[in-house]
Amino acid sequence: MTQPALLTVSDLRTYFYTGAGVARAVDGVSFTIGTGETLGIVGESGCGKSVTALSILRLVQQPGRIEPGSRIMFENQDLLQLDGAGIRRVRGNRIAMIFQEPMTALNPVFTVGDQIAEVARVHASASRRAAWDRAVEMLTMVGIPAPAERANQYPHQLSGGMRQRVLIAMALIMNPALVIADEPTTALDVTIQAQILELLADLQQRLGTSIAMITHDLGVIAEVASRVLVMYGGEVVEEARVETLFTEPHHPYTEGLLHAMPRVGRRQERLAVIPGSVPPPTAWPTGCRFRDRCAYAWDRCAREHPPLYQIGVGHVSRCHLADEPERRTARATAQVSPAAQAAVPGGGA
Amino acid sequence: MRRFLARRLAHGAAVIFIAASLSFLLVHLAPGDPFSSTLDSAAISPSVKAAWRAAYGLDRPLLEQYLRFLGQLARGDLGPSLLQPGPASAALAGAVPNTLVLMGTALILSFVIGIGVGSWQAARAGSGGDRVAGNASLVVASLPEFWLGAVLLLVFALRFRVFPAGGVVDLVMHDSLSPAGRVLDRLRHLALPSLTLALLGSASIARYQRAALLDVLPQDFIRTARAKGVSDRLVLWRHALRNALVPTIVLLGLSLPTLLGGAVFVEQVFSWPGLGRLAAAAFHARDYQVVIGATIMGAVLVVAGGILADLLHAAVDPRVRAQ
Repeated sequence: MTQPALLTVSDLRTYFYTGAGVARAVDGVSFTIGTGETLGIVGESGCGKSVTALSILRLVQQPGRIEPGSRIMFENQDLLQLDGAGIRRVRGNRIAMIFQEPMTALNPVFTVGDQIAEVARVHASASRRAAWDRAVEMLTMVGIPAPAERANQYPHQLSGGMRQRVLIAMALIMNPALVIADEPTTALDVTIQAQILELLADLQQRLGTSIAMITHDLGVIAEVASRVLVMYGGEVVEEARVETLFTEPHHPYTEGLLHAMPRVGRRQERLAVIPGSVPPPTAWPTGCRFRDRCAYAWDRCAREHPPLYQIGVGHVSRCHLADEPERRTARATAQVSPAAQAAVPGGGA
Repeated sequence: MRRFLARRLAHGAAVIFIAASLSFLLVHLAPGDPFSSTLDSAAISPSVKAAWRAAYGLDRPLLEQYLRFLGQLARGDLGPSLLQPGPASAALAGAVPNTLVLMGTALILSFVIGIGVGSWQAARAGSGGDRVAGNASLVVASLPEFWLGAVLLLVFALRFRVFPAGGVVDLVMHDSLSPAGRVLDRLRHLALPSLTLALLGSASIARYQRAALLDVLPQDFIRTARAKGVSDRLVLWRHALRNALVPTIVLLGLSLPTLLGGAVFVEQVFSWPGLGRLAAAAFHARDYQVVIGATIMGAVLVVAGGILADLLHAAVDPRVRAQ
């Protein structure tokens, strides 16, 4: 962490006040993003990663609320303290978002050129003509052929990959300091996915933008991120440099995610899965939130909510195994591994 | 688009033909005829009655009358009005413009009010203001035209004398007014009847508009617009409303026949010499040709409303335009 922090999120809590109780979707999340850095945020659906992303720009809708005590420092101001006009000056201008559904994230009744140009018209009060030219320029930059014609088309006339490029053009037009990409490639097929990631990496190099890459796909993380945040149950459960995370994961949840990841060149009869699913955010278990699904869990995990233990330089993990590492080895010698146990031999097609 | 329009026009012509034929059949099937009230008396000899009926061809077999009617219709002639001097088409030509002015004004007003109120409600859904407006629109939507018309008339024409009580122009003063004064005179006469129709229409449009916007607001592209830094006002009026207009515009086409139905009552209340008032008088007098003509006009309006809705739909939704 040699770069100065561009964004510092501390103790972010975003709760949803629903009829079924208070859903603590994001529950005390802290992290930083350095200038020019790509931070990966990874986790299953329902772990709080998208709500974290939306919270940064205060886009969480009713009945969601960012709790007092949360702080999001960006360019020397707390985004949570800004008034309506203040946060709007940040949105799309200094911090931009790329959403995950290229099918639905664009307005069907306006041309894509209009939608990209709108950002410049809002923030740079550019003239209609200038904003339009800038939009066409952005379409060129994100690699859309015949950009001048494409700008006049509507979203339904473009393919999924093109629409994703339009969303990227929209996000980058003001040359923001930070781009939050929420599953930008999930809805795309694999070849397009690779192209989009390459494009993002290339643009980041040229523009020096920081990126927060939110995904459930560790493959994407491996490709673009330098540092990774693993989220579970509305909390950060592990944070490490990307190499560390892939070679020496500490948290059992991270281990599970890595085992569940298909890899080229490694024969696996069947992918391991983490048993069970994320509990509802209205009723996180006491103690460790992962314990119901954890192969190592013991009585302490139910009693005591684990803090973030320091594992190494820039490596933290929210697991009591850091305190009692002998339990991991004991378990590993008793059985081969929980993942191997879950795998059914000969089940592959 | 041109092929689509041609198909819609052909379809519309068929609808109008069927409506004309049905109305012809129905008026002739109804008991009595134009002369029942005046000639069906013991004092008038049967030969006189027969002579009159023969003069208008009413003694011929129904099929023959129908074929003759179609022949006339093809030439744009409805035949003579039985109630008033001159052809039925002249009576209609005098009434239709008045009704079009009334309906057109009411239509525009009702959509402006309805879309405005519905959007205002959707922007603050669940608030006190939304609930008050929602209940008010429910009450207004269920009022009968003649009742609301009569109340407006009582309050604004009789109690406060802000607007005239009826007619299209001031019969005494109109001709002596300056050109601007004449326009103002017409507008003052138009105010109450068009407002009656517009209020009733706007109540249901507001309910549609609110629901349509509430469907659009949670969608992803609204979040995208907010993430771009677009103000809440523009998100609502630019990004959301344009999408939410689609179902409301379909309603516009459907509302033309309802509006015409309402105009029949409102024209009675405000002595507005339009199609509805003419048709009502013609029904009473069994003025076959005028009744049929009014029905055809109604069918034309329905067809035109449908085509208008399709064109507007294409104007706001590029996905429709492509098809």
